Amino acid sequence: MANSDVPTLEVRNLQTHFFTRAGVVKAVDDVSFAVRPGEILGLVGESGSGKTVTGFSILGLVDEPGRVVDGEMLYKGENLVNASDERMRQLRGNNIAMIFQDPMMTLNPVLRIDTQMIEAIQAHENVSRAEAWERSRAALQQVGIPAAEERLKSYPHQFSGGMRQRVAIAIALLNKPDLIVADEPTTALDVTIQGQILYEVQKLCEETGTAMIWITHDLSVVAGLADEICVMYAGRVVEHGSVDAVLDNPTHPYTHGLINSVPSRNKRGQPLSQIPGMTPSLLNLPPGCPFKTRCPRVGPDCEVTPEITHPVVGRDVRCHYPVPAGEDAARAGATASPEVTA
Amino acid sequence: MSAATDSAAAPTAETPILELRNVSKRFVKPLDAAAKIANVFGAGLKDEIVHAVDDVTMTVADGEVVGLVGESGCGKSTLGRVVAGVHPATSGTVLFRGRKLSTQSAAEARDTALKVQMIFQDPMSSLNPRLRVQDIVGEAPRVHGLVDAKGMEDYVAEMLTRVGLDPSYARRYPHQFSGGQRQRIGIARALAVNPDFLVCDESVAALDVSIQAQVLNLFMQLREQFNLTYLFISHDLGVVEHLSDRVVIMYLGRVVETARTEDIFTSANHPYTQALLAEVPRLDTRKRKFVPVKGEIPSPLNPPPGCHFHPRCPHATERCRVEQPLLKEIAPGRWSACHLNDGA
Repeated sequence: MANSDVPTLEVRNLQTHFFTRAGVVKAVDDVSFAVRPGEILGLVGESGSGKTVTGFSILGLVDEPGRVVDGEMLYKGENLVNASDERMRQLRGNNIAMIFQDPMMTLNPVLRIDTQMIEAIQAHENVSRAEAWERSRAALQQVGIPAAEERLKSYPHQFSGGMRQRVAIAIALLNKPDLIVADEPTTALDVTIQGQILYEVQKLCEETGTAMIWITHDLSVVAGLADEICVMYAGRVVEHGSVDAVLDNPTHPYTHGLINSVPSRNKRGQPLSQIPGMTPSLLNLPPGCPFKTRCPRVGPDCEVTPEITHPVVGRDVRCHYPVPAGEDAARAGATASPEVTA
Repeated sequence: MSAATDSAAAPTAETPILELRNVSKRFVKPLDAAAKIANVFGAGLKDEIVHAVDDVTMTVADGEVVGLVGESGCGKSTLGRVVAGVHPATSGTVLFRGRKLSTQSAAEARDTALKVQMIFQDPMSSLNPRLRVQDIVGEAPRVHGLVDAKGMEDYVAEMLTRVGLDPSYARRYPHQFSGGQRQRIGIARALAVNPDFLVCDESVAALDVSIQAQVLNLFMQLREQFNLTYLFISHDLGVVEHLSDRVVIMYLGRVVETARTEDIFTSANHPYTQALLAEVPRLDTRKRKFVPVKGEIPSPLNPPPGCHFHPRCPHATERCRVEQPLLKEIAPGRWSACHLNDGA
């Protein structure tokens, strides 16, 4: 993993907004992060937090009425925001690949796997059909599909869900991309199949130095897989740091609540600690911190949108009242907020 | 009620609220006309039979929460539907409070059907999009005479309050709610007929973590309030561990292991359970080396002979390829179907 200081992708202050008839939806609002070669970044959030739109923005897949309105996305120093459609087409599938939650989004149901894979290679490189076929076979083998030669002749519907996702991953790997954006690729799969895929992905990043952005709502998958974690809420990154640090000592009350609502963290049979309420609509989001209505530590400063602070070294947090290390968010909030209001 | 005393499954105190004895459910796809004609000329085609549930014996005690775990295609949902009376069992007996479902009179059967209710995975596809919440929740109690037309509004309001929804939402349609709220409507609908037994089929799988926690808490709170019994079907072992008293693990239509939740999670006996538990991602394991189980669940159309798990099992022997292991009690309250337990 040479020159791992240069990030494969650096996203700076990305803003992706959707201009709907009902108003402007700020799906991605001032998001910044970076991934280096061989690194896996976990992008975690609940539905509607903007994690998928962030992934789509990187690949230039945001459709009308959505638009990247501000910010930079530097792929090895090249700003993707200004890239032409032609340039994006060159990069997509070649240097930057995406794996979707539903493999049928990647696969064409009426074409055989070999047709689709060879097409993906020949779209970017001038190689013979035989060579492209051989590379397709190798890619299928790499993701653990038995009898790859036979399976190349199959249609997508002849594969099981787990196998189909492997084919989608194999297609993403075909042109040896530097960056893979994986959008919930294992959410629909069984745990044993998920384990198999995570194993392949981990091996791949270690061996080839591919950088990966793993978008998921499942904190436990990120815990086992990623190096860094970005927690998103209502279009913003609320906490960003190394996986160990964030999961062991979350400082944002939302991260805190999210970790505590995972069943395995709680004593069996005890009530789960829950975050009250639900994710706010991004349409006409009220000013201030979007989490304030659900937050146990809310105080008067929360009427102002929090900027990124660094309460702990190496951590970006958007909160006026971050949780000190080792403290219980809810309990601290109960005592802290009256103090602040007083 | 002496029918259940000679129970073959894990004995529980008193008469179990639910008992399954050698229950099987087969789905048969009969030959079409072309295949039948082909058979006349000696093609030798046979009906396609899927053994979705294969000889399952289990009990659920009153007030117990039993987690039913397995990969997709293992028959856990089918078993849940057999219990809820959606599908009749192909063979075997289902006893509810010691009485056979199959021999009940029409009136009794209707009572049982009311006492066993089901909550589905996707509330959007299990709620009629064209009905208002008050009709979704209020229809069944109205039809079954639990409430009259005048009392219905109050009754629905009470049900909605029970599941933590604002009663003023009663005139809304399902699409006007969020996923978590819709699931609560599904729960309110099930509770509206005063059930004793709830079959929850992946009821929290489609929800976000924070919403999932809210719904799981609601399940636990309702259990205490109304002394409910749950059959909680899920592929999420974390959720099952949190909620259940006992866990039943299924693989390809058969029960492979049954034990109290603590026992399963501390010392799983069956190699499949062990493999399944090893795969569960946990918050506390960081940067782990994933060591996957080989292969995937075979097709139930053509299951492997002997122990269904042998092609993927690291300990498989010649015996496992030939002989089907039976579910045996290996310790009090612990049942496992594995030849390895028969000594070296």
